[in-house]
Amino acid sequence: MSTVKQISLTLNGEPKTFETTADETLVDLLRRHGYRGTKTGCYEGACGACTVILDGRAVYGCLLRAFQAHGRDVQTIEGAGSFDDPHPVQRALVDEGAVQCGFCTPGMVLSAKALLDETPHPGSDTIKEHMDGNLCRCTGYEKIRVAVEKVAASTAMP
Amino acid sequence: MKQQEFKVVSKSVEKIDAMSLALGKPSYVADLQPAGTLYVGMLWSPHAHARIKSVDIAAAENMPGVAGVLFHGNVPRVPHTTAGQGFPEPSPYDTVMFDSKVRFVGDRVAAVAAETPKIAAAAAKAIQVEYEVLEPVLSIDDALADGSPVIHDQEDASIPIPVPYEPARNIAARVGMDVGDLEQGLAEADIKLDRTYETHYAQHTPMETHVSLAQVDSRGRLVITTSTQVPFHVRRIVAQTLQIPVQQIRVIKPRIGGGFGAKQEILLEDVAALFALRTGRPVLFEMTRSEEFISSRTRHPQRVRIRSGVTADGRITALGMDVVSNTGAYGSHALTVVCNCGSKVLPLYRTTNIHFEGVTVYTNLPVAGAYRGYGATQACFAVECHMDEVAEAIGMDPLKFRQMNHIRSGEGSPVFAALGEGKEGVEQAIGSCELEECIRLGAEEIGWGGRGMPGEKTGRFRRGIGMACLMQGSSIPRVDMGAASLKMNEDGSFNLLVGATDLGTGSDTVLAQIAAEQLGTDVGKMVVYSSDTDMTPFDVGAYASSTTYLSGEAVRKVAEKVKKQIVAVAANKLGVPAERLVVEASSVATADGSQSVTFSDVAIHALYQMDQFQVGGIASHTTEKSPPPFSAHFAEVEVDTLTGGVRVIKYVAAVDCGTAINPKLAEGQTEGGVLNGISYALTEQYLFDSKGRMSNASFHNYHIFSMRDMPELKTILVPSYEETGPYGAKSVSEICINGPMPAIANAIYNAAGVRLTHPPFTPDKVWQALQ
Repeated sequence: MSTVKQISLTLNGEPKTFETTADETLVDLLRRHGYRGTKTGCYEGACGACTVILDGRAVYGCLLRAFQAHGRDVQTIEGAGSFDDPHPVQRALVDEGAVQCGFCTPGMVLSAKALLDETPHPGSDTIKEHMDGNLCRCTGYEKIRVAVEKVAASTAMP
Repeated sequence: MKQQEFKVVSKSVEKIDAMSLALGKPSYVADLQPAGTLYVGMLWSPHAHARIKSVDIAAAENMPGVAGVLFHGNVPRVPHTTAGQGFPEPSPYDTVMFDSKVRFVGDRVAAVAAETPKIAAAAAKAIQVEYEVLEPVLSIDDALADGSPVIHDQEDASIPIPVPYEPARNIAARVGMDVGDLEQGLAEADIKLDRTYETHYAQHTPMETHVSLAQVDSRGRLVITTSTQVPFHVRRIVAQTLQIPVQQIRVIKPRIGGGFGAKQEILLEDVAALFALRTGRPVLFEMTRSEEFISSRTRHPQRVRIRSGVTADGRITALGMDVVSNTGAYGSHALTVVCNCGSKVLPLYRTTNIHFEGVTVYTNLPVAGAYRGYGATQACFAVECHMDEVAEAIGMDPLKFRQMNHIRSGEGSPVFAALGEGKEGVEQAIGSCELEECIRLGAEEIGWGGRGMPGEKTGRFRRGIGMACLMQGSSIPRVDMGAASLKMNEDGSFNLLVGATDLGTGSDTVLAQIAAEQLGTDVGKMVVYSSDTDMTPFDVGAYASSTTYLSGEAVRKVAEKVKKQIVAVAANKLGVPAERLVVEASSVATADGSQSVTFSDVAIHALYQMDQFQVGGIASHTTEKSPPPFSAHFAEVEVDTLTGGVRVIKYVAAVDCGTAINPKLAEGQTEGGVLNGISYALTEQYLFDSKGRMSNASFHNYHIFSMRDMPELKTILVPSYEETGPYGAKSVSEICINGPMPAIANAIYNAAGVRLTHPPFTPDKVWQALQ
């Protein structure tokens, strides 16, 4: 058994301390502590359901060990929006009918958010390339693409 | 009632669970696991075909953190099918929970429940098994060969309905029909063609793998929360397998992360349930992605031979289809999938001489099952390629040839009566059919007229356009049943309880729209709860394109009943005869508007004040028809003649699904099915080694289309009105996956003059064909 160690990080804007072992993935740690909006679809860094934002970049939570988040800033879907105040990407995905089974959606939201935080008005090709690491089997991506393009073109982003 | 009069139906209202899912609220099975949950790890067979001589579980049992081990020596042996179908199922009872024989690489050998997934996996590896390795059957030809090893040689395999079943010859199902005389039809033809097409293994890859959580509640009942399309069939089959009363089991389907047919199957629930009963602890069984590929379910690979006869002026005199379907190691959906090859494809074109034969064989390969399209996908590939070949042979535009021959409103087909799902079918005449309009609009959108001929195209990159026409069904007539109950609350809201199973399609929303339309209220007043065997009425589940058409009509009926009660209460309260009242916008009023009561007033009156009763009801629906949706698909591709690479530039799907209850959701079904179909046609495939092991069970080596792979997608909803469906609706979910493979094959031919009959159309195959 691996040794249990403490890590500290900023999670959705709040300082947090967790115990973890060297072999625990970031997504497992998050889910174990109730952040279950982050999904797991493959555990092999291919589907993007486990996407979180680490220091501003969208990353796969299943490929990172939890200790790698020590001292860093992590955003999960729980911090992205609420019923009263959804993120513009969440609003757009819902409005465009881009949420079918919804299992990929939190990852899609965070992937798009990371892109838009850095590049508020990306072009269509940039969006497709950036979102390429998030798989969806329900929608054919069409409505997801349209939703993210709408946010990118709107003034909702600074 | 026609489209323009709708208030709620045919509007793209917000999907009722969309925001909660976008916010990441805990909604799926694995999100709901309580503290103290045990995890299941499986030992899967490393051999394609072997007898288990001995199993030693001591090392696993004694490992710290292990709570239990299951294998064939300590579980009940009850032959059953994992196929979640109506009862008795039209699939062979060839499966037991754990057997002393393994039949494919990835078959169950033993299971461990442990404190963590890691311990469970380690303990599963520690189980010692001695195998007697048998010769495997790894292809359709091997299965049919004389003297082939018998895969199901156990004495207790049988099929619960009176149909042919010959496990001693590796035959899991056989079905056939003849109308007229194929040979005579061929003799009358000017042109005869005989071609064979072969489709491949593929997996549904729902983003959420199969996952089940079993718990024993405070009264000792088993509660199974599971990612399923068929909660009521799960309850029945778990009861059967574990030999416990149905009454002792509650099955709950929370939100599920996609199914596409893979979850019309009872794959994990029995194991999780037995561990929960034996340990008293919550037990979670979640497949890994590689387990999902290897050990869940796949699409039946098929060899489809088409024989046709056509006159020089374009009349089809004979159409014959002979299908050999590979069901893998178990016969889940073995019969019904092959039935659908005929019943959902052959009626599309008029002819008097029709032959169909389907044989499903066992092999020692991964197990096939239900997959969106359900046999129609495979047979449609064959027939739609064939129609292009036939049209070319008589020198006719393939679009014009299809226009001449496709079935139309008011017409029947002898196939409908002859072929059902495991039994005779039901005769029907086509009601709504806007296929002509689908072809016209789709052709216009893709630019069919300018597509040119293969010989005219030069250069390295050559573009081409191809098409396919499609039909499916809407539910299984005289088999499927859906039910709904509805009750009114004092604020004028309603609880709509349905057995129907939303697997991400948005059926909860669609059903809420149907109820709201009928009641005269809005979707915001509907509280929908679905798929809980303790709480909701029965429904066969989400398959056979049945939910909108069948369960939707049950919902409409119950709403009609409840509306009558509401009007009666209002009449009583207002002292006005019911005939003089109209319902609109959650109120009941006299025609002149002088007197009115709100739904809330009505409910308070009925629940608290006078002649008290619960405004509510229950209704069921079955059907005598399975009205087909129709669709015309068009693909524009670019073939790189140097590398053999094929890129889809643009894809157009024009679909007649009757009234689209929620147009955005109907478009979403179409877009998702189309992209899945394109991905199946171009990249998805199972690679096996010589021992029958799948060597690419990972998203890194089994490529499903991502956002960057998308072509330009255009969906055209072509309105029609199906008189037998709720507000004119038919189905939309399955049909759309059938088009891409033939449309792309036909487009490749139009671009580069090569006819590909063995998908997927990977660069190596295309390049080889070009040489």
